[in-house]
Order: sequence, then structure tokens, then C-alpha cells
Amino acid sequence: MNELLQQLINGLALGSILALIALGYTMVYGILRFINFAHGDIFMLGAFAGFYLAPRIATVLPLPSVAGALAVLVISMAVCATLGVLIERLAYRPLRKRPKLTVLITAIGVSLFLEYTGQFVFGAAPKKFPEILPGFAVMHLGHLSFNSNQIVVISVTLLLLLALRFIVLKTRIGMAMRAVSFNPEAAALMGVNPDVIISFTFALGSALAAAAGILWAINYPSIDPLMGILPGLKAFVAAVLGGIGNLPGAALGGIIIGVTETLVSGYLSSTYRDAIAFAILILILLVKPSGLLGKKEVEKV
Amino acid sequence: MLELNNLKVTYGAIAALHGISLSVRSGSIVTLIGSNGAGKTTTLKAISGLLPVQAGEILYDGKNIAGLRPHEIVARGLSHVPEGRMIFANLTVRENLSMGAYLVRDPKIVRRDLEFVFATFPRLQERVQQISGTLSGGEQQMLAIGRALMAQPKFLMLDEPSLGLAPLLVKTIFEKIVEINRARGLTILLVEQNASRALEISHFGYVLETGQVTVQGDSASLRQNAQVQSAYLGG
Ligand SMILES: Nc1ncnc2c1ncn2[C@@H]1O[C@H](COP(=O)(O)OP(=O)(O)O)[C@@H](O)[C@H]1O
Ligand SMILES: [Mg+2]
Repeated sequence: MNELLQQLINGLALGSILALIALGYTMVYGILRFINFAHGDIFMLGAFAGFYLAPRIATVLPLPSVAGALAVLVISMAVCATLGVLIERLAYRPLRKRPKLTVLITAIGVSLFLEYTGQFVFGAAPKKFPEILPGFAVMHLGHLSFNSNQIVVISVTLLLLLALRFIVLKTRIGMAMRAVSFNPEAAALMGVNPDVIISFTFALGSALAAAAGILWAINYPSIDPLMGILPGLKAFVAAVLGGIGNLPGAALGGIIIGVTETLVSGYLSSTYRDAIAFAILILILLVKPSGLLGKKEVEKV
Repeated sequence: MLELNNLKVTYGAIAALHGISLSVRSGSIVTLIGSNGAGKTTTLKAISGLLPVQAGEILYDGKNIAGLRPHEIVARGLSHVPEGRMIFANLTVRENLSMGAYLVRDPKIVRRDLEFVFATFPRLQERVQQISGTLSGGEQQMLAIGRALMAQPKFLMLDEPSLGLAPLLVKTIFEKIVEINRARGLTILLVEQNASRALEISHFGYVLETGQVTVQGDSASLRQNAQVQSAYLGG
């Protein structure tokens, strides 16, 4: 029983990170109807932003410390938000009117570009992510013990999800995002500049991916330029599982994949852990292609 | 107020508008009638910037707005109620109206406009919190018009507002159009297949056939026009 709860917490932590990445896929899909395959690499860049920022932040704030870690997190998010906006401007916007396949292939190109540039600039060898949070404390709750990092991952994710929910449901630009996602032509007739919404969506998605990168690096402190590939693919599966374009769906999908993967590798076999996500993908495509929370797009006449 | 000069619009290689010219006087209701596929929707979409203009001018208050993007055109006071209503079905009635006021930054003006919309369409007020995809067709049309009115328009384009509505609702919608024109001094360009109703409430009319204006005149005279009667008024 304790063992199971323990595994659930591990799964929840992994799932939280996947959920944060999945949201970026699903938001961009909601607005532009294309899969930004370079999104997993933003996650990687988030971790590297943190890696290079930490020593600089250490000169002004104590590190490891909560304040220092928060600064690393927030600045990395800002850096990646900017990168996401730039990538859209330079790579995707010129192709806005082209067939979706062209954009998709470009996204794969951008992904490869980021991975190889990463290897060139950061070096291909894994780097050790600095300790930015105080103490690898193990907390005991009854018979349960879990380390403070997992609590940090889960609670930071929760806060970010709440913030995202607030932006999407309660702000003017969030409302415009939902309007563009539903009908871009009608949104334009309301005075919405689609470029602004698209840039904002990339900024938001990339910031969340960067947060995921930092949280990942806190938990698994070895980072390398190809680290985004697998989590990126799994998060993409999570987005499809939840129903691509659906925000709560992406979060749910991430949690499901994270928990399932952890349970399977904990109880059955860890050999297949990376295959779990793809087994789930095949299953969902067969059973409910629109995803758990996805709706078929119906047009009311 | 609005003038089209020799406007040409094409879909790929196929021309949909072969150079049409028309003008809408400030404060008037002008109707554009024609059968299915004549190019009415294409005309409105070109004016609001949703379709690129091949050639010709769209003069609004004397300035050529052809080539501007839709959000820049709305900002100049042209609002377009599109064919098929295109309300945001995933948003509440209230949010749809807020989307209409997207460019209006003064909350006082938004509140005043909201009151005007609710006074014009009380049904919308009863359903403010409802997800608008669950509204009836008539209510969705009211919402589409109300939403456009929230943008502080000076010039309103309506694309077949009566399409698919029960006769009683059609009557209401046309009455509301007249009311809006009078109450707000709003200039209106009304696209309709329901020619008899449209000619009843409008001051001037144009007949569009396969991308060309074939007949034009004040609405009273168009209703007497033999050609118009036989083709569009079931006479
Ligand atoms: N998206 C499109 N692609 C190609 N042709 C189109 C498109 N939309 C409309 N058309 C054509 O342009 C012409 C005018 O259409 P439209 O403006 O919708 O007419 P109306 O609104 O008067 O019914 C028609 O021949 C129609 O088939
Ligand atoms: Mg039409």
C-alpha cells in the first residue's frame, strides 16, 4: 500500500512535468492547427537556461534557496517565452498560408536545428544541473516518505495550471485565444490581431515548457541537448490522449501517462517504460481518436 | 460613406467579382440582393478585409481601405455580421459580447453599449451566462448582431441575417435593423436573398448577378422594376 502511494507520487511528479509540456502542444494546436514538433526542445532549452543562469543568479541571491530557485525558474521561463516567440516569427509565420505539411516539416527542421545547435553550443556530454533548491530533504508523512523535490514539482505545476486557467478564462487576451481557436475569421472581425494571439500562445507554451525543464532538472540533474526528445514525444501523446486542443485534457493526459509509466516500470518491467506512452497512443487512436476530453468539431447551422 | 470602385475579387484563378461599383450614403440602409452564388458574401468579405482585393478601390470616408487587415478595418468603425452568424459557440453570451467590444477600451462605453444591446434584444440579457452554442438560431442571430454593435461601429454589414429563421423571427430581425439604423444613425449595408423584405426597409438597392451589378436604384423603384419583380420578388 505504502509502496503504491509512493509510486503514485513519483508518477504524479513525472506526470506534472509532462502535463506542462503537453499544454504547449495543445495550445499551439488550438490556435494554428499544427503540431509544433520543436516544442520538446524548448523544454531542453529551459533546463539549459537554468543551468547557465544559476551561477549568475548566485551572485545576487543565495543559492540554493527558495528565492534563488524561483528567480532561476522565472527568468528561464521568460527566456524561453522569448525564444518561442522568435521561432514562430522566423520559422512558422512566413509559412502561415502554406499547407500544414510544409509547416510540420519545418517544425521538425527547427527541432533538429535546436538539438544540433545545442550540442554545438552546450556540448553533447551531459551536464550536472546545479542544486538550486535547499536540501534534498526526505519528508515523512505517516509511513510515507517522499523527497521535497517531488512536492516542489507537483505544487509548482499546480500553481502554473491555476495561473494558466486564470489567463485563459478570465483575461481579455485569454478570451481572444479561445475565440481565435474556435473561429479565427470571426475573431479577426472582432478586431483581434491574430499575430498578437499567436505570439502570446507561443510565449505561454514555451514558458510552461521551460518550467517543466527546470522541474525536470531539479529531479534528474543530468541535462543534455537531446533530453527534450523523449519527454517531448510523451507530452505530445499526452496532448492527443486528452484531446488535442483541449487544455484540461492535456493536463489530464500528462498525469495519466506519468502515473501509468511509473506504475508499469515499478511493478512490471522497466524495460518497456518508454513504450508505455506509445501503447497508450495506439490505444486512444483506436478507441477514441478525439481524445478523452476532445470533442468532435460540430458546426451549428 | 462607403464606395466601391470597380472592385475585383478572385478565388484562385476564378473571378467572383468582375469589377463592381456601389456607394452607401451615410445614415442610409442599402441592400445588396442577388441569388445564391452571385458574389454578395464575397463583396462583404472583401470590404472587411477577409479576402484580398485583386483590383479596384474600397473608399471609406474617402480613404482607400483595400489591403488593410480585418482588425484594422474593424478599428475604423466597420463591423461585419458574417453569413452563418459565426458566434463563438464555446463562449458565453456575455463573452461573445465582450469579444465584440474587443477594441473598446473604455468600460463606460462598453457598459452603455451592453445596455443598448440588451434593450434591443432582451432575450440576450436573459441568457447572458449561457454557452452561446446552446442558443436557438434566432437568438444566435441576435447575438451576432449584438456582438457587432458592441464594436462602436459607424458602418454595419449584415450578411443574410434572415437566413434559416422562422417567418416571425425574420420580421423581428428586420424591425431591429430599422431600429438600429434610426436609434444610432448607423449606416447599414444589408445583404439578403429575401429581396422583398430587404427592399421594404432599405433606401437604396443593388442587384448582383454573377459578380456584376445589373440593376440599381432607390428601393421603392426597384420594387416596381419588372426585371427585379420577376427574378427576385416572385412576381
Ligand atoms: N472559398 C471559395 N473558393 C472558391 N470559390 C468560392 C469560394 N467562396 C465562394 N466562391 C464562389 O464565388 C462565387 C460567389 O460566392 P458568394 O460570394 O458566396 O455568393 P453569395 O454570397 O452571393 O451566395 C460563387 O460562384 C462561389 O462558388
Ligand atoms: Mg452568401
